[in-house]
Amino acid sequence: MELSYTVAVLIIPVFMFLFLGIVGVKLSKKTAGILGTLAMGVTTVIAYAAAFTYFFGTEQGQVIDGVRQQLTVLDLTWLEFTKNLVIKIGVLLDPISAMMLIVISTVSFMVHIYSLGYMDGERGFQRYYAFLSLFTFSMLGLVLATNIFQMYIFWELVGVSSYLLIGFYYTLPAAVSASKKAFIVTRFADLGFLVGILILSFYTDTFDFISLTSDPQAAISTAGGATFLGCSVMTWALTLIFMGGAGKSAMFPLHIWLPDAMEGPTPVSALIHAATMVVAGVYLVARLFPIYAVDVTALEIITVVGAFTALYAAAVACVQSDIKRVLAFSTISQIAFMITSLGVASPELHHGVGYMASMFHLFTHAMFKALLFLCAGAIIHAVHSNEMSAMGGLRKYMPICHIAFLIGCLAIAGIPPFAGFFSKDEILVAAYAKSPIWGVWLSVVAGMTAFYMFRLYYKIFWWNNPDYGHHTPHEAPMTMTFPLIFLGLVSIVAGFIPFGEFVTSNREVYEIHLDWTVAGTSIAIAVVGIALATVMYRKENNLPEQLANRFRGLWTAAYHRFYMDELYQFITHKIIFARISKPIAWFDRRIIDGTMDLLANVTNSASFAVRRMQSGSVQTYVWFYLVGAVAVAVITIICLI
Amino acid sequence: MIWSNILIYFVIIPLLMLGGLALCKNIKQVRAVATVGATALMVLAIYLVVAFLGLRAEGNTAEMLFTEGSMMWFEPLNIHLALGVDGISVVMIVLSAFIVFAGVFASWKMDPLPKEFFMWFCLLSTGVFGFFISIDMFTMFMFYEVALIPMYLLIGVWGSGNKMYSAMKLTLMLMGGSAFLMLGILGIYYHSAPEGGQLTMNILEIAQNDAIPHSWQYFLFPMTFVGFGVLGAMFPFHTWSPDGHASAPTAVSMLHAGVLMKLGGYGCFRIAIFLMPYAANELAWIFLTLTGISVVYGAFSACVQTDLKYINAYSSVSHCGMVLFAILMLNTTAMTGAVLQMLSHGLMTALFFALIGMIYGRTHTRDIRKMGGLMRIMPFLGVGYVIAGLASLGLPGLSGFVAEMTIFVGSFQHADMFHRVFTIVACCSIVITAVYILRVVGKLLFGAVQDEHHKTLTDAEWHERLSTVTLILAVAAIGCFPNFFSSIINEAAEPIMRLFA
Repeated sequence: MELSYTVAVLIIPVFMFLFLGIVGVKLSKKTAGILGTLAMGVTTVIAYAAAFTYFFGTEQGQVIDGVRQQLTVLDLTWLEFTKNLVIKIGVLLDPISAMMLIVISTVSFMVHIYSLGYMDGERGFQRYYAFLSLFTFSMLGLVLATNIFQMYIFWELVGVSSYLLIGFYYTLPAAVSASKKAFIVTRFADLGFLVGILILSFYTDTFDFISLTSDPQAAISTAGGATFLGCSVMTWALTLIFMGGAGKSAMFPLHIWLPDAMEGPTPVSALIHAATMVVAGVYLVARLFPIYAVDVTALEIITVVGAFTALYAAAVACVQSDIKRVLAFSTISQIAFMITSLGVASPELHHGVGYMASMFHLFTHAMFKALLFLCAGAIIHAVHSNEMSAMGGLRKYMPICHIAFLIGCLAIAGIPPFAGFFSKDEILVAAYAKSPIWGVWLSVVAGMTAFYMFRLYYKIFWWNNPDYGHHTPHEAPMTMTFPLIFLGLVSIVAGFIPFGEFVTSNREVYEIHLDWTVAGTSIAIAVVGIALATVMYRKENNLPEQLANRFRGLWTAAYHRFYMDELYQFITHKIIFARISKPIAWFDRRIIDGTMDLLANVTNSASFAVRRMQSGSVQTYVWFYLVGAVAVAVITIICLI
Repeated sequence: MIWSNILIYFVIIPLLMLGGLALCKNIKQVRAVATVGATALMVLAIYLVVAFLGLRAEGNTAEMLFTEGSMMWFEPLNIHLALGVDGISVVMIVLSAFIVFAGVFASWKMDPLPKEFFMWFCLLSTGVFGFFISIDMFTMFMFYEVALIPMYLLIGVWGSGNKMYSAMKLTLMLMGGSAFLMLGILGIYYHSAPEGGQLTMNILEIAQNDAIPHSWQYFLFPMTFVGFGVLGAMFPFHTWSPDGHASAPTAVSMLHAGVLMKLGGYGCFRIAIFLMPYAANELAWIFLTLTGISVVYGAFSACVQTDLKYINAYSSVSHCGMVLFAILMLNTTAMTGAVLQMLSHGLMTALFFALIGMIYGRTHTRDIRKMGGLMRIMPFLGVGYVIAGLASLGLPGLSGFVAEMTIFVGSFQHADMFHRVFTIVACCSIVITAVYILRVVGKLLFGAVQDEHHKTLTDAEWHERLSTVTLILAVAAIGCFPNFFSSIINEAAEPIMRLFA
């Protein structure tokens, strides 16, 4: 098939991972970095070619009756469980996977270039590039999956790449525990995913996405109305699968790993924890959307989880002091937007606008959030601190970074014509169409977004000039500024992409109309948020402090992320470790093993007791003989009588 | 003639090694003999796979291949040295060959008494291979004992820590199991043929006759299952495992966890389930409960251990529990998963114990609280340990994932609540496994160096690297190309599981 070369986007990175992983240490740092980046460049070109051929190609069978087809470019059997349950490794091209190809390759390539400057001189530079390649391979494999089990395989692989990269600075205890936390929390979520897959595949007898989604009604009805605890088993399956998505996408209450994951190098945060891996959950739901659309209960759960997380994360982001944490919570909040958007989408409402909006936002968010993180990296590189208090007034020293960051903030706040405006607007349209409650809810969160992003912006670039110590901050090197400029430009223009022509819930072409009532409201809210931030943070003043004191309780709770980490700490340490593991270990040593030892000891003492009979003294033997003889005699007599 | 059967050489080679070692005069000769023998076994094992697949490709669909040439041993009880392998035994033989090979290089610098050590090591290997190639119950039992007894001396003489206690405990508990087994085997023998028929020890013939009365199966099935289950570390008969592993020298831990514990799982299905399907079906729930407990219980226990070997021993309880658990699911997919899990667990646990031995040889402690930051000091061993850990917690691309997923998918094919709940309970172990693996990796390899003396330690030597790389490659081969292994096993499991369809 024409597009079969797409498989190269998997082969090149995995080869690069093995190559750099095995012989990387023998190469110089520069060679390793440049080789990794070049390989990624080639991958990007191939990914672009594949995506463009898919969208614009004239090949027969790509578009039939205005509907974009799902093309299985490759499908190799990897493991057969039963006749029908077969894991295949393949490449599926359809609108969302082609879009993800662009997102992942672009951001990954930019991060590869950026890291040449950012990670310069770090120990383990080769290892870093090897892991980046591993991640890129896994993420591309995830989005190109032809079946749910392939997705699960790559899902685990992105998890482990994320673990390895968060823990890149493995001598720092904070990085080690953050990586561990990220892995275990997402693993727990993946347990749900796995059980969900087991249930779904048991009833439908297939893993294949196309068979699952081509006739969702039939897929759902294979369960034959089986229920568990009052819910249909399919609802269970879909909700559990969503649990996996919620873990990777850091939805409340499984979000706790993401802020800590910021311990990793900043380009990694940009790539994995802002643009690509964390949207895997959104992608998963989108991939299975036709089935979710049939099962209303599961979709409602998704909506509620998403909407709550959006608000929660935005509230926390308003008061954090570490810039990467603000961005992390902002990421959580924005992903929650996408999730909610999928939750409120249904084919009847404006041709499933929520689905399109979610994917659109995923696309634009990846660009501007990667931009913001890379800017943050440049800033951290310049002032050697993550804390806002160490920054301020940086606009004079880092002009390019300043402009790029401003573009990112405007984009995320939803000011036209920047990218975020268009995609967020579509999400709000979808939410209002479903129910005004969700519309208002998300509008409020959008306002908060504008506020906390501009709080961050002013605190970094305006506010006051702290003492920078013996060196003044300066602009980053070209390898670092180029990705900023590139992503900045993308963030300006991406909103004008007629997304409805490419990605829609039923893969038909759909024309986007800006709904100016919704758009007007959302602009107004964003402006209010920005204005508020301007008043409070443009120049150094004590208004923020006063407000914090006024609402001390709320402020403290939000600052401590509403004590979710403490709650988890309590559950894992006080309950699981102290109340389950320790007692089990004790039980094993004392009771089970104790019983075995007891048996041995009893045997032992019995032998000792019996040993006395063999004393070697003739007198004792005579005694035994006499007693025995009398006993036998007595028994005989008794028996005879 | 039996000599024309390729299988017999799996027993002959270790015995020749044994003789050769007896003549050795210095460590160099010992190493030479051990290397040559282990390599010969590996080559033979690979040749066996090729020959086996060749016969299958020619359309030979007999349940067991290479059955020609059986030798009468003891006429009154009709005991034969009867050989034969199916897909499952073939992969187990390959596994054993790999681990023996890696084990030789892991104990390259064995001290003291290297010659004697390797002699016992060869005897143990003889038992292991003999067990997998036999299809006569009594011969199997004999080889089983041959594999067990050397353990006592290997741990008692070359072990560390509280070795006398551990050696005694291990031997006594396993002998206890053997006693049950002996009873079970004799029971089966006396019901092996219909009234008036010729009694037999040959497994295939017994299965063919299918003459064991149901009432007897109720009695004999638990006997044999528990007998082998003890070696498979089934709860609550697993406590020999932590102490035994902790005290055993490196290569013995490798061979023990890697292969010997597999004899348990293999025996359970080859004798208990295959010969007594009726009772297996009726009584499965009891043992499913016990093994289900094993899986989670072992994992939770591993979470709070501080000795590297104890962590692994408990992790083995959990993983081997999974093997028996899957066997008891009594369907082809789960059974395939069980054998894959035996392979996977054998290789990765051997890898773990090899690495632990190498680390212990340098730091002289296995207490994770006293170590830290070893990754920077010994990167090769560190990376090996991380790979072993990732295999253990089921990372796709390494063997653990393939095995566990096959088990879960297979187990989930039972639609009733009991099996479902236990399957989900077993699934939970993937999270707990992640907890203890990452805990130990984090403490041992990452973070700051705990002990100043550790900073001067050196990384792995060539023989250690060879041993580690062999096992890593094997783990990755199963993880990357599972269908090759899975199809061999699947085709062997199917005729057996047809008894339950």
